[in-house]
Amino acid sequence: MIAYLTSPKALRAALPAVSFGIILLIIWFYSPFAVSYMGLNLMLQYAVPITLATIAQMFIITVNDLDLSIGSFVGLTACIGATLLADTPILGILALAACVAAYVAVGALIHWRNLPSIVVTLGMSFVWLGIAVLVLPTPGGTAPGWVKAIMGLKTPFVPFPIVAAAVIGIVVHFALMRSSYGVVLRGAGGNPKAIGRAGWSLLKTKMVMFGAAGFFGVLSGLALIGLTSAGDAHIADRYTLFTIAGVILGGGEFVGGRVSPIGAVLGALTLALTPQLMGFMKIPTDWQIGALGGILIIVLALRVLINRREA
Amino acid sequence: MERNIVSFERVAKHFGAVRALDGVDLNVKPGECLGLVGHNGAGKSTLMNVLAGTLTPDTGVIGIHGKDLKSSYGVPKANENGIRCVFQELSLCPNLTVAENARIFHPSLSGWGWKTKTGAMITEKLDEIFPGHGISSGDVVGDLKIGKRQMVEIARAFTLTDTPLHLVILDEPTSSLDAITARQLLEFVRKVVGDGLSCILISHVLGEVLEYSDRIVVMKDGLVVSERPAGDFDRNSLVAEMGNVIEMDEISEHQEREKLRGTTAVVVEVASGTQKLQAHQGEIIGLAGLAGHGQTGMLLGIYETAFGGKATGNVNGPVALVAGDRQTDGIFHLWSIAENIGVGSLSRMVRRGLIDPVAEAAIGETWQQRIKIKTPDMNNNILSLSGGNQQKALFARALASDAEIILMDDPMRGVDVGTKLEVYDLIRDEAEKGRTFLWYTTEMDELYNCDHTYVFRDGLIVADLSREELTEEKILHSSFKETA
Repeated sequence: MIAYLTSPKALRAALPAVSFGIILLIIWFYSPFAVSYMGLNLMLQYAVPITLATIAQMFIITVNDLDLSIGSFVGLTACIGATLLADTPILGILALAACVAAYVAVGALIHWRNLPSIVVTLGMSFVWLGIAVLVLPTPGGTAPGWVKAIMGLKTPFVPFPIVAAAVIGIVVHFALMRSSYGVVLRGAGGNPKAIGRAGWSLLKTKMVMFGAAGFFGVLSGLALIGLTSAGDAHIADRYTLFTIAGVILGGGEFVGGRVSPIGAVLGALTLALTPQLMGFMKIPTDWQIGALGGILIIVLALRVLINRREA
Repeated sequence: MERNIVSFERVAKHFGAVRALDGVDLNVKPGECLGLVGHNGAGKSTLMNVLAGTLTPDTGVIGIHGKDLKSSYGVPKANENGIRCVFQELSLCPNLTVAENARIFHPSLSGWGWKTKTGAMITEKLDEIFPGHGISSGDVVGDLKIGKRQMVEIARAFTLTDTPLHLVILDEPTSSLDAITARQLLEFVRKVVGDGLSCILISHVLGEVLEYSDRIVVMKDGLVVSERPAGDFDRNSLVAEMGNVIEMDEISEHQEREKLRGTTAVVVEVASGTQKLQAHQGEIIGLAGLAGHGQTGMLLGIYETAFGGKATGNVNGPVALVAGDRQTDGIFHLWSIAENIGVGSLSRMVRRGLIDPVAEAAIGETWQQRIKIKTPDMNNNILSLSGGNQQKALFARALASDAEIILMDDPMRGVDVGTKLEVYDLIRDEAEKGRTFLWYTTEMDELYNCDHTYVFRDGLIVADLSREELTEEKILHSSFKETA
């Protein structure tokens, strides 16, 4: 048992949970009151949209691609949510469906022309931003009431962001890690040639993964306006790098189809909590982004150490 | 008579100018084990890729169960007709578990409980073929040793669900297995063949093929050159069928040079197993054997030693390497031809800390003439050249440098004959002038240009042949293991 718990495999799986726990512990040390129902609710408010966007990024990373447009895409869906969806729900739903369809098309294009996803999505990020500015030139609009209602839910005992994150993690875990088609999707990241030889369509796996990423991007945008109740084209610009960091913090790898939905959720929660930690530690705001980078480097270095022991 | 599972007629597949398959006929009957042998590049793997549906042939009849499927044949059709292939380079997904890899093969395994079902299925098959395998269906494939991975891949090919299974192609199945598991596999193959399944066994271990096949097909240069019951072959006749006899004029010349061996200083000396590689100044040394048996490793070791890395032996003199895979390891895609040549001699072109464009152009100019690179302007991009001329430019890079020892990592792959002959002459001229060449090649003809040859197997030197002793048969004999 002890041998298993100290094996590199178990340590690697435990690292995301441990780093989240440590940050929570330090916060508790500074201010025990913060680690309460109310405190966690406040601190983790913005964790839900970040978690959803991180899951979207994880889908893309599963098939060995990278999405540099997720931030502006979430911004676009937030703008659509705060305008079209609130004013003319049918049109809003159609517009959001078109956004998902566009993601599917991007995935198909990347596979069909064998293009580097970094280039395509970097280009697309400007397209999303441009459309978002057209939809909502100045910050404003209003989120639909039902979106605000969902995001404002008061769950008993456990704060809503934690419940939501757990639900997201478990649902995606079953879809990607346990379902029989999920195996094919992950296999397409691990050894695409083998998947092709077994008679599966690689085009389809790309389209499914990009489609899923688009869907979770839409959810992220809606969750975001549910909290802010207004939209802005630049509302989620920072998400692009946050989501990549979240997936990697959560034990995912850039290539090879090695990802973990539960880990990605924990990675996103860790990232959402870190700025609060800096606040408690009274680190000046100017230094916070740099300190965040420092924490990322420490966690990733730990993982490299674990991997090296395995080799 | 029962209908053939496979009946290929005049199947041909060309890659550019390379004729991988040049009109091959192949029949596989139900319940037989067909052995397929041939030297590197004889077309075995291409033929098996066609059979598995991963390559589409240019012409020919692909008869499967008596029907010509040429136009519609592909991976799904191969699966439908019960044809499976264990590919030489493993086709498992390293990030998935053993059971999950089995699931990829069987679209019908889905719904609740698929993981348990698949796990039981693959474990049962592993138990049947490799008793005592020690693999759990929940193990992640990437964490398994290569031998165990190969066991999983083989067992997976024999698992049964709703699709029929008629033929399993085993491409070098024993290459990563130890003697005991290899025997387990071959015994299992005989057993299932007895039950009416067919197998195609491709192996470089001739003993295996002779002992376990019913019929043996020998391929050479994209053609089937011989096809007989296994009992009619023995080791020697099989090797004789695989090789070809080439008369070369320069043999006498090399023999003269061979007599001089040892009169000049030793410039490279590396121990390998019980043998030792030795190169004297001015010699052309051939490294032979099957592809991937340690020749490239030897060259890189020498290179590293020369540049002060981990020492694997003695190297006296500056070294340059001509890469084999020119697209990834050789050329700088965005640079001009002259820049690609000059990069090997940067230190000699520097003036006041900067590269002197006149000196660079001069080097390019000299070598364009010496080596006859066909281009109107040496300032054109390197990719404007044909493959053979790109290779010439890489030779020029090595020869233009001040290196005394030139390492060549099978650089003539896919180069046309005319260019090859020009480069052979150039190598001989440079050797006369005192440069030493270590030349790894998979082509027999090129070995005839060498003064002395070392044959590699499993990463070690197994034979040390002077030019006089060099025959293709000897190379083949040393390249293949004596027994399974």
